[in-house]
Amino acid sequence: MNLLVTTTVIAPILAAAAALLLRAHPKSRDVVTIVGIGLATLASYAMLIDVNANGSQTVRVGGWAPELGIVLVADLFAVLVLPIALSIILVVEIFAIGQRRTAWGANPELAGPLLGVLTGGVSLAILTGDLFTLFVAFELILVSSYVLLTHQGQRDQIRSGMTYVVMNLLASTLFLFGVAFVYAATGTINLALLAERIPELDSGVRLGIGAWFFVVFGTKAAVFPLFSWLPDSYPTAPTTITAVFAGLLTKIGIYSMIRFHTLTGMDELGPIMLVIAGITMVVGALGALAQSDIKRILSFHVISQIGYMLMGLGLFSAAGTTGAILFLLHHMPVKTVLFLVGGLIENHEGTSSLSRSGGLAARKPVIAVLFAIPALSLAGLPPFSGFVAKFAVISAGIDESAVAIVVVALFAGILTLLSMTKIWLGVFWGTDADGLEAVPTAANNRRLMFAATGLAVAGTLTISFFAGSVFDLSQRAAEELRSSDAYITTVTEGAQE
Amino acid sequence: MSIALLFTIGGLTTVGLYLITARSMSRILLGFALLGHAAVLALLASGGPPGAAPITNQSTPAEIANPVPQALALTAIVISFGLTLFLLALARRQQVLSGDDLVEDDLEDHRIAEGTT
Repeated sequence: MNLLVTTTVIAPILAAAAALLLRAHPKSRDVVTIVGIGLATLASYAMLIDVNANGSQTVRVGGWAPELGIVLVADLFAVLVLPIALSIILVVEIFAIGQRRTAWGANPELAGPLLGVLTGGVSLAILTGDLFTLFVAFELILVSSYVLLTHQGQRDQIRSGMTYVVMNLLASTLFLFGVAFVYAATGTINLALLAERIPELDSGVRLGIGAWFFVVFGTKAAVFPLFSWLPDSYPTAPTTITAVFAGLLTKIGIYSMIRFHTLTGMDELGPIMLVIAGITMVVGALGALAQSDIKRILSFHVISQIGYMLMGLGLFSAAGTTGAILFLLHHMPVKTVLFLVGGLIENHEGTSSLSRSGGLAARKPVIAVLFAIPALSLAGLPPFSGFVAKFAVISAGIDESAVAIVVVALFAGILTLLSMTKIWLGVFWGTDADGLEAVPTAANNRRLMFAATGLAVAGTLTISFFAGSVFDLSQRAAEELRSSDAYITTVTEGAQE
Repeated sequence: MSIALLFTIGGLTTVGLYLITARSMSRILLGFALLGHAAVLALLASGGPPGAAPITNQSTPAEIANPVPQALALTAIVISFGLTLFLLALARRQQVLSGDDLVEDDLEDHRIAEGTT
């Protein structure tokens, strides 16, 4: 187990360093990056199998006691999210290798290594058992995302990149203050010890800490009203980069929120979370309807969907947490696929603007199919994974008789379907209005891009197909999180191997 | 916690927050530098009363200061140093592109402004 956990964090970072040294050799650079991220992905699947069979496990880095050192905890929640997150990065890296010779490709000398660093950060953020390491992991992810967003140095990227960097830097600084507050109040930053000590604090201090971290993680997750940095910055990055950001970054924020607020029992914050979840859903969906560019529509959807996960968390019931976890698992691959298809459309139409493209369904039916599956899934239609996830969240809402939020969630679902229809009408039906040429791409590269997208669609279909077992796993993960005893025992008594 | 430390943290935070509301990237940068200091001091203050340097062989565990927040503060300083450099690079790039280092309105702001006139 020790080896597996270390691999997921270290392998991609080492590969990134090697790839930077191999800048001048494109072939070996690509191979090194793929191997690094691939190894981490394989290790994460092995962890899923291991934890599913033998229960949660802990790795104490350097053998320090949990009060002093860093612990990495592989519980069911972590090993459910980790394989999906790492697979996404792997697929996107394959797509990026195919796309790099075109106008929208990211600079290959930087994109590969930075994706490696990002992978290491994502693994660390998911596995870490203490707040400060979570801060460091966030910084790893964010710093590589800052560079990925702005490395081409174009005007739009710098403009939106500044907002993005300033907002996220502020959230990181608040995070640091939060760590100080927590340490002053409890004398520890270990999540398992916090799960014991935070519920014993005065309710004022306790809710203050909860609200503070709600703001910190909420900014990373782009909940209302802290989302302003997202829809402006995501569409300006190269499509592959946006696909990773949309699939992962905000989700790491919501992941940390689910873990922290559920473990420390912040049930009193539930009503506030539900109100914010409702507004986030509707504002995101309405924002999407007002847009006329594929990437901007999809970016607003990222916000809208965060609302559903927050709703599951805000219910603070076993069913609600299960729904939030299930939604997280479904949403990450689906969102990435949609952006990858957006990249394919851009390649064939020469633009991602709705009014300047059209008639793609007749010319490239493959792209239409690749788009339709995740789009219907995102809108929550059966039999796709989105239906199962949305159903879980909404039925949890009905169980708690939170009628208002259920109505809002259903309403936002209709708006989502409407804006997906808008993309469909604009891109796939009608006629090509402007006659912009497709971007010339070598057949090899095109095949690689289609293969990567197809692989990702197959991944989302697999989740729909095994929806039953994924639901059971999410339920077990939610129970472990909510009781928090299991987590505390694993960390404090975790045998070292 | 000493009153002096408390007021230093408060003062740094106030000035830092004021500076990051500015339009100019160089002011924002200074604001984040000050906020970073405030956060590091807050971490230091969270470690409890001051004591001897936490080095084995030189002092006993009873009289040393809490070393954990110091380790955290050190990491935070390194990270904020790197990010300050990145902000400087961004400001420089913006200056090359547009002649100054102001943060511009986003696309939606422009569209809303056009819609009302």
